[in-house]
Amino acid sequence: MSVRQMEGARAVAETVAACRPQVVCAYPITPQTHIVEGLGALVKTGTLAPCEFVNVESEFAAMSVAIGASAAGARAYTATASQGLLFMTEALYNASGMGLPIVMTVANRAIGAPINIWNDHSDAMSQRDSGWIQLYAETNQEAMDLHPQAFRLAEELSVPVMVCMDGFVLTHAFEALEVPDQAAVDAFLPPFEPRQVLDPDAPLTIGAMVGPEAFTEVRYLAFHRQREALTRIPEIAGEFRAAFGRDSGGLLHTYRCEDATTVVLAMGSVLGTLKDAVDGLRDDGERIGVVGLTSFRPFPMDAVREALGAAERVIVLERAFSVGVGGIVSANVHMALAGLDQRYHTVIAGLGGRAITGRSLRAMLLDAIGGRLDPLVFLDLDRGLVDRELERVRGHRRSGPAAENILRDLGIVAGGPHR
Amino acid sequence: MTEHPFAITLDVGTSRANHTGSWRTERPEYVRRLPPCNGACPAAEDCQGWLFHAESGDYEAAWRAIVADNPFPAVMGRVCYHPCETACNRGHLDEAVGINSVERFLGDLAIDRGWELPAALPGTGKRVLVVGAGPSGLSAAYHLRRLGHAVQVRDAAQRAGGMMRYGIPRYRLPREVLDAEIARITAMGVDLRMCAPVTDLAAAMAEGGFDAAFLAVGAGVGRRAHVPAGAAAKVIDAVAFLHAMEGAEPPRIGRRVVVYGGGDTAVDAARTAKRMGGEPVIVYRRTRDRMPAQDFEVREAEEEGVLVRWLSTITHVDAGEITVERMELDEHGFPQPTGETETLAADTVILALGQDCDLSLVHGLEGVEVADGTVRVGPDLMTGRPGVFAGGDMVPAERTCTTAIGHGRLAARHVDAWLRGTVHTPVPRPPLAEHASLNTWYYSEAPRTVRPHLEAARRSTGFDEVVAGLDEGTALFEARRCMSCGNCFECDNCFGVCPDNAVIKLGPGRGYRFDLEYCKGCGICATECPCGAIAMTPEPD
Amino acid sequence: MSTREIRYLQVGTHAVGNRLLDPSQRTVQADPERANALTCGHRACQGCGEALGARYVVDAALRATGGRLVAVNATGCLEVFSTPYPESSWQLPWLHSLFGNAPAVATGVAAALRARGLDDVRVLAQGGDGGTVDIGFGCLSGMFERNDDVLYVCYDNQGYMNTGVQRSGATPPAARTATTEAVGPHPGNPFGQGKDVPRIAMAHGIPYVATATVADLRDLEAKVERAMAIRGARYLHVLVPCPLGWGTPSNLTIRIARMATQSGLFPVFEARDGEVTGVTPIRQRVPVEDYLRPQRRFAHLFSHPSGAEALDRIRASAEANIRRYGLLDEEDRP
Repeated sequence: MSVRQMEGARAVAETVAACRPQVVCAYPITPQTHIVEGLGALVKTGTLAPCEFVNVESEFAAMSVAIGASAAGARAYTATASQGLLFMTEALYNASGMGLPIVMTVANRAIGAPINIWNDHSDAMSQRDSGWIQLYAETNQEAMDLHPQAFRLAEELSVPVMVCMDGFVLTHAFEALEVPDQAAVDAFLPPFEPRQVLDPDAPLTIGAMVGPEAFTEVRYLAFHRQREALTRIPEIAGEFRAAFGRDSGGLLHTYRCEDATTVVLAMGSVLGTLKDAVDGLRDDGERIGVVGLTSFRPFPMDAVREALGAAERVIVLERAFSVGVGGIVSANVHMALAGLDQRYHTVIAGLGGRAITGRSLRAMLLDAIGGRLDPLVFLDLDRGLVDRELERVRGHRRSGPAAENILRDLGIVAGGPHR
Repeated sequence: MTEHPFAITLDVGTSRANHTGSWRTERPEYVRRLPPCNGACPAAEDCQGWLFHAESGDYEAAWRAIVADNPFPAVMGRVCYHPCETACNRGHLDEAVGINSVERFLGDLAIDRGWELPAALPGTGKRVLVVGAGPSGLSAAYHLRRLGHAVQVRDAAQRAGGMMRYGIPRYRLPREVLDAEIARITAMGVDLRMCAPVTDLAAAMAEGGFDAAFLAVGAGVGRRAHVPAGAAAKVIDAVAFLHAMEGAEPPRIGRRVVVYGGGDTAVDAARTAKRMGGEPVIVYRRTRDRMPAQDFEVREAEEEGVLVRWLSTITHVDAGEITVERMELDEHGFPQPTGETETLAADTVILALGQDCDLSLVHGLEGVEVADGTVRVGPDLMTGRPGVFAGGDMVPAERTCTTAIGHGRLAARHVDAWLRGTVHTPVPRPPLAEHASLNTWYYSEAPRTVRPHLEAARRSTGFDEVVAGLDEGTALFEARRCMSCGNCFECDNCFGVCPDNAVIKLGPGRGYRFDLEYCKGCGICATECPCGAIAMTPEPD
Repeated sequence: MSTREIRYLQVGTHAVGNRLLDPSQRTVQADPERANALTCGHRACQGCGEALGARYVVDAALRATGGRLVAVNATGCLEVFSTPYPESSWQLPWLHSLFGNAPAVATGVAAALRARGLDDVRVLAQGGDGGTVDIGFGCLSGMFERNDDVLYVCYDNQGYMNTGVQRSGATPPAARTATTEAVGPHPGNPFGQGKDVPRIAMAHGIPYVATATVADLRDLEAKVERAMAIRGARYLHVLVPCPLGWGTPSNLTIRIARMATQSGLFPVFEARDGEVTGVTPIRQRVPVEDYLRPQRRFAHLFSHPSGAEALDRIRASAEANIRRYGLLDEEDRP
């Protein structure tokens, strides 16, 4: 194994290649592009062989090609983000429903409108019920390391796995990364042995229509498989640690949680900043820790309860939210902590690439510790801007597009009818 | 069950557990309908049935299917006016199947190969007298012999064949063909006695110890309508003329020959005269479209140089010339005299005005009724006298060779039943396979085989056959044009077009079976059956 | 299979089988050992043209590939009536994913087989006209332009029949569907709409495009066989009448399909590399009215005041097909 200075996306591409996918389908969407470009080049040069690299016409096709490939017994991989993930939604449910162990990297990005290419978790969160396992990487190294584990998990359980890594923040970041070497990956990840395959010598009908008499059972079995994953995810992470010496994956990581009365749970790259902020508060004597959730689906109820149960105050920091409700991850965390006497805060932060600064985090955490933090907070929300728009809407029923109005207020767009 | 994901992945072919036959309100059934050819055949041949064998090149099976009904395929293939072809549904599509020419091919092939008629069944001890060795008598003799009866055929003529020999010119029926087919019948053990007229039937039966008799003496007496003639006029009748052609010395008729009449016999006489070096003129009182002779015979005669004077009657015959009067058709189509006459040169006048029967053998015979010159018979061809049957030209019926042969076949069945003390009940005929019941899309538009004709010149100077037979390729071609009306011929359409795989193919010659476990009763098989051999019927309760 | 050799037979070129033919020249459907890829017990309506067409096509493809075949199916009637748990009517490896993605799924299967070194196993994708010309069209076009090694078969019954007979991009002008009701001044499906997917397929320059119907089995089987002899993207568009959606008696399925071709409204042709290379000439021409009248979806053409004008336009489109593809010999032209 060698450590090289490289871009996260490229490093993921090389790691995926080491997993020997036999069919890779690609449709470009920022910020996923560098991953599939890298794989395309590796296939073209013959470094990754045998492998069919298919340039499809849409994400819907990408997932569909992966479905066909997986059902025909090939290890299938693709990557996407944002609108692309939504465009393949129907196929995502289908892949998981049929138990096809596809692995996909999601370079997390906001969903429009307004169109926005920057990072948040709205895309993957929207697919939380798609039946896919969702693993969130904190770092590029973890993003890389999660892929061999994802293939292991997917193929053992016949469940598709999404590896989520923050767009731009990770995908486009250059850093020193260690690409696992081929022999080690081969030792860790056995060849794909499908649970079912399209084989003329043993024909099967795959994808039947199931009515009320068995649909519940079919869905329960999918649920059951994800519950099994709760056991296998940490075991596989353990095997990975044994083979590669790195602590990547698992259900969750705890950071300075011993004796913590305040614990912040988050997913993805924000954990780095968050840990820095927590370090600062620890330096100030605050009893505060961090839980980094890797496995959002399946959701590790027991592990979360164990990690957060002792805290007096729990803050869930998330990069997506459910309009009209609030936090998505936090809703799951609350379920895990049901019945405990704790204070809960949901902090929505970093939407559409909004930077989550250490300063903001520190201020928010201090508010929480000081009992000043609302249950639901949009971090760094420009309240004045929002209030002006709300005022305008109250005055004029047809006040024009909110996004444009806001941009106008910010002086980014000139002129307009509502001056 | 293989190990695979629950419910969403299934084992193949498991839908066979779902018996969709319960959806059905109508069910298909294979039926047999009467092909029009069979329905029209006076000899009751199963034309469609024997063509089926010919289509696959199994000519012997085809021939055996013919001789099950008719022992004269080679003769039939030459002299029958083939009402089968007139009835043939294929005529609606392009042109009728040349059934007759295929029959001739098979008949000739049988002679060539020396195929023998089926052996007689074990002897019944019964004796049947057949009077007349013409088509009807020989046909009856053949069938009766097959059924195990002892049969004696008696005929006044020198040679067997009746009108097949003494009425049909040899350019239409070569005598070696006739001889071969008769020889096959006698080879079965039929006792054929020539120059042995029966003048008193009762006496002959008693003398020979016969249990039954079939009379088929034909209509061999030329009708002599009154034509005023001078003493020196040379007038003969066509029957006698054609009969004389079979003698050692052909009759002298001179160069200028007038044939009087419009039937087939008139045409035969004229064409014969042409072949003898004469210049025949047919005088006929009506027009061509009212002429009873077969159209193709008239056409061939005209091609050979036979002239016809339409709308003319002969009013007087003298030595060397005749007087003819021009006729006009009245509003009912009957010819009426005009009084306009002219003379024609004529060395001989041949009268072809119809034929009568010599019924002297039944004169005074108790129970036998004679009316209008023919013997009355019932549907079983039995006369009023028990055990005495009659058929052919001597009973009221169409006077053709084929009808006569059919009478022989039918009579044999009734005679046999009568001898056994039972009644022969013919199998009821299924409904006719009409053209509308066919799906003719499936038949290719193959052109009809043109029978290669001999050159006209050669035809008119000798007695070679006018119409040459088909070779194997063309016969096969022709046979395969049969649409098998109303009878499954295993085209696999039903087997193929069923959306539910509910037709089971049983293998060559065994047809198909409907799988009612799965048949939904859609009826596509019936609609797409080319030959109308599937019917939809309401599902029984 | 030369049609000339057997043309003279009583029932040769047009019927399913012929006992007089050499077994090697008989249709696949005439073979008692045929695969019956879509077997008994399926839940298609009585007289379903799609059930028939699918068995014709898949059996022929199985023969052409020696049984080394995988099928991918779009959602639709064919999928629903063949695979309701716990019963499958299929007898070959078969995969159903979604309504609109069958061509892409087939691409994936083909890619997997290639990557796994199973080049002898071929892929057939199939769907109805909704799945093909409408919702699956993007995937279809992508599969075409990449020239993926898939034979895609569209069973065209000219509407969304599974959902209750709604209009599709393949619904013909004037046809009544549940979303183009026979009401108003211009009843039925509007004129001037719809897609001609075989021609669009040809525009992709793929190696093989053909049309066929369930009324001409030999032609259909020959086209499947030729298609399977070619590598790359191939498209076969098969007209399959729907008794339910068209309002025709169940026994007329094949006859109606035949009249579609014989009226000129459904041209049967074959194209290679974007060029028409063969047409099946009209053999027994019928007026468009003969084709339309037995179908209840066109009943208003014969009762509504606008019917005469609509019939004129339909006739004109038949004439246009006849001219474009040369469906009639010169002397047969009106």
